[in-house]
Amino acid sequence: MSAHSSSSSSEITFHPEHSGGTKRIWKIFWVLSALTIIELALGYFLYATHGSLAYTVVISTKVVIGILTLLKAYYIVSVFMHLGDEVRNLIMTIVVPLVLFVWFIIAFLADGNSWKNLRNTNAGSKPYIEKAAPAPAAIEKGDKK
Amino acid sequence: MPAGTKWWSGGRSPFNASYGKVMMWYFLMSDAFTFGAFLISYGTIRFSVNNWADPNHVFNAFPFAGHANLPLAFVSLMTFILIFSSVTMVLAVHEGHKMNRKGVEKYMILTILGGIAFLSCQAWEWTHLITGDHAVLVNGQIEHWGTSMAKNPWGPEAVFNGQTVSTPGPIAFGGYFFGITGFHGFHVLSGVVINIIMYIKTKLGHFDERGHYEMIEKAGLYWHFVDLVWVFVFLCFYLV
Repeated sequence: MSAHSSSSSSEITFHPEHSGGTKRIWKIFWVLSALTIIELALGYFLYATHGSLAYTVVISTKVVIGILTLLKAYYIVSVFMHLGDEVRNLIMTIVVPLVLFVWFIIAFLADGNSWKNLRNTNAGSKPYIEKAAPAPAAIEKGDKK
Repeated sequence: MPAGTKWWSGGRSPFNASYGKVMMWYFLMSDAFTFGAFLISYGTIRFSVNNWADPNHVFNAFPFAGHANLPLAFVSLMTFILIFSSVTMVLAVHEGHKMNRKGVEKYMILTILGGIAFLSCQAWEWTHLITGDHAVLVNGQIEHWGTSMAKNPWGPEAVFNGQTVSTPGPIAFGGYFFGITGFHGFHVLSGVVINIIMYIKTKLGHFDERGHYEMIEKAGLYWHFVDLVWVFVFLCFYLV
């Protein structure tokens, strides 16, 4: 492409083809909007059914929302940031280090969860529950989780 | 792509990108780890306590709607503003590839306006949370709390003298919410400043002289990253 003729030739071997139209950009805009609306619908479903669903249903819905978010992230990075049009070497040097997040998330959330379990046993100090408990005059209406 | 290119034998960038663009990618990757660490730390603490604040309960207000209960509404507006400003940014990059200065100027203006709109929404939301007044039962007495780094009025509800009031929630809530959305908001602010500089440079014809609009591309990478982070902040703080 002549537009790039003054770019340093030792850095750029070839220019990815930037298709003439903006059709793809708008398509991705609608995809992102649709994914967001689905996420909001699921979020509203969780709100409307608050407290009446089994724990596993709530967690599964949240996992589905998380997967839709990852899909949105994929479209933003791949199309809007044009990473999908770059050479494989560049894609790999960006994406591979991010795999660390898989360990990072599993390890830390599991740690937080076991911390909570410990708090709620007699072996733990139950610090939070006791401090947050209302004064004797008050009657608990039940916690909202 | 030319088949059989020897990417690693020297004489060319193995990433087929300019130094500036590769470094922008590495910066964004490190920034992703920073945000990731913040969000995972937040998740760890949230998992470790019994009564985290319910986002549908905390974030249910909308400007000029009074006390109407509108969960998810305002944050959806903020999300769509940011997605839309991402689209105008990618259109500016597209016009840059075509060397169309007028087109770049138009879409940069729209992107800057989107960023300012988002920041205004965030300013309203913070003000609403900080100044919002909640009856909280503390040591057998009613106190009136807003949400702050030191006070979380979103704990379990209790009945006191026939009135439903709140109890103090985990203190980490305010620190994480204001810390992470503030860090993201500061990225949006710097993105707006960068975009304004890019707009001025476009207007002055600097990129036409240079023969390419790669600076717009690099600013665009940063701006899309800000949108990308919001997608995850939206997930972690508002949706789940």
